[in-house]
Amino acid sequence: MSTDTPADAPTDSVPERYLAVQRSDEFAGLRRTLRGFVFPMTIAFFLWYALYVILSAYARDFMSTRLFNSNVNVALVFGLLQFVSTFLIAWVYSRYADRKIDPVADKIRDELSGGDS
Amino acid sequence: MNAMILAVEAGNTTARNLTIVLFLAFVAATLAITIWASRQTKTATDFYAGGRSFSGFQNGMAIGGDYMSAASFLGIAGIIALYGYDGFLYSIGFLVAWLVALLLVAELLRNSGRYTMADVLAFRMRQRPVRTAAAVSTITVSIFYLLAQMVGAGALVALLLGIRPGTTFLGMDADTAKVATIIMVGALMIIYVTVGGMKGTTYVQIVKAFLLMSGALLMTLLVLAKYKFNLSSLLGDAAASSGQGTAFLEPGLRYGVEVAGNATQTFYNKVDLLSLGIALVLGTAGLPHILIRFYTVPTAKAARKSVLWAIGIIGTFYLFTLALGFGAAALVGGDAIREQDKAGNTAAPQLAEALGIDFFGGDLGGAALLAIIAAVAFATILAVVAGLTLASSSSLAHDFYANVVKRGAASERQEVNVARISALVIGAISIVLSIFAQNLNVAFLVALAFAVAASGNLPAILYSLFWKRFNTSGAVWAIYGGLLAAVLLVFFSPVVSGAPTAMFPDHDWQWFPLSNPGILSIPFGFLCGYIGTVISKESDEEKYAELEVRSLTGAGAH
Repeated sequence: MSTDTPADAPTDSVPERYLAVQRSDEFAGLRRTLRGFVFPMTIAFFLWYALYVILSAYARDFMSTRLFNSNVNVALVFGLLQFVSTFLIAWVYSRYADRKIDPVADKIRDELSGGDS
Repeated sequence: MNAMILAVEAGNTTARNLTIVLFLAFVAATLAITIWASRQTKTATDFYAGGRSFSGFQNGMAIGGDYMSAASFLGIAGIIALYGYDGFLYSIGFLVAWLVALLLVAELLRNSGRYTMADVLAFRMRQRPVRTAAAVSTITVSIFYLLAQMVGAGALVALLLGIRPGTTFLGMDADTAKVATIIMVGALMIIYVTVGGMKGTTYVQIVKAFLLMSGALLMTLLVLAKYKFNLSSLLGDAAASSGQGTAFLEPGLRYGVEVAGNATQTFYNKVDLLSLGIALVLGTAGLPHILIRFYTVPTAKAARKSVLWAIGIIGTFYLFTLALGFGAAALVGGDAIREQDKAGNTAAPQLAEALGIDFFGGDLGGAALLAIIAAVAFATILAVVAGLTLASSSSLAHDFYANVVKRGAASERQEVNVARISALVIGAISIVLSIFAQNLNVAFLVALAFAVAASGNLPAILYSLFWKRFNTSGAVWAIYGGLLAAVLLVFFSPVVSGAPTAMFPDHDWQWFPLSNPGILSIPFGFLCGYIGTVISKESDEEKYAELEVRSLTGAGAH
């Protein structure tokens, strides 16, 4: 294990230990894993939602197009797709967090609290 | 008068009595839970955060119970019933908003905070200015929201009990009944919070979420069964009964209305629609009564699970409201709904009655289903107001009293006592304000709460969690800047004056053309946070390291 983890230096003061962890490669990796997912995903769902709101305001003819020879139109399907995408993003994130984030976060935390005792 | 209104009159007494019985049963059950919860509430963590003992699923249900207000249940169903497709916009905004909470806020907040939103905001800042600002904004948002719920409750009871001008109930006319309802709702929320704390409030919200989902599911199934599960024929019937034709199924009847021959007004209406859309999606993750729910679970992983459950529950519920709204338009009809309430808030109860008559043997069945849905609506209001009272009293006690007045030297017992007294005081103030506000248009209060949350709280939270350079000055600027921008723009908007539907229709100081300030006030809040930060030299690298490590890993979490 890298030597810059705080568990190796229990005599450090608490602020120094947090600083050391924050500067460690392991923590930088955790930060990258988290931000690399949540930032692009936030931008993506926000743009997708904004597209829906903008089309509702400015593309009424398109939104009013009937589909499948029924009373269902593009606006309704687009709205329902917002539900689908929300459920899907939530599910994908939870899988991602379980696999990529939790194990690293747990490891760093255990190392830190090891130094606490 | 058409046949539906006559049926309403016939079933009225039975429905009224049954509503009261069911409502009393809910009150009795929740009070029993509250007393049980009070025995389990010993420490400050028990009072503020339910001992952090709830599971992800329980908290997900409670979040649903806290979030799905009467405004969502009755309001959205009503807007869809009267204006068709546009009501769906609300549902979508309110749901997509949870992704902000899930991806950016819930877990990090759970890891680094303790009892209130300000715990995270003030983590690496000077305590007193930041906590004061956070308490001001928490209480402002919560009270706007509380007023909307309580005034709504008063109006709802008069409508659901069928007390019209000139008639009486237990010797009360409609106005007295409204005041009595507001006082009763206020008294119950004070009891839930002061006696049961977070634990009692959480269980009330769980029970309510279960009742609301069951009621909405039952009605949705009945509506769909009526149309043999053919969505297209339901939509066709709704459009036909609405009198609007296919326009009823398309955006534009309520929001972003195109005014023929008035390009300026059309432009403003459309920008207003964008503004509403932004405020809905960014407001949720800044609502203090929602944020404190993440503290009731033991870990960040459980906080994530609770948001996942909440997204599932809330999303399903909003799909139900689509069926309820179009069902009410098709089976009750726009005219019959407007005759009861011009804002459409009684669409769901009226639909319940129509479905009961249809499926469960005539007037008695109609009265029974109406009573069940009316009781669910009361339960909905009670659970939400309890959550709001808890959020504001927690902030007053933990942020303002313990950390500003006592500078962190208050004992746990003192703090919890102050929280209980705060709940009493905030509850009493809300009762009085609601009585005075009961004839005002309340829709803007909810919009205002969301706009303040998105403009002041959200920038402060996101900067705190993700921006190293952020500091005390930035936090204070973001909160006050966003809050003031939102409140002032609404004050000068057509919602308050200068329009026939305004709060003060006879006065005109309106110059801001939009009803919803979000499109300006939210960027303004972010900008204030940025400017406030860069003009101050303060920067605490060690505290930021601690916040970042704790928020991402859960080390040292309470």
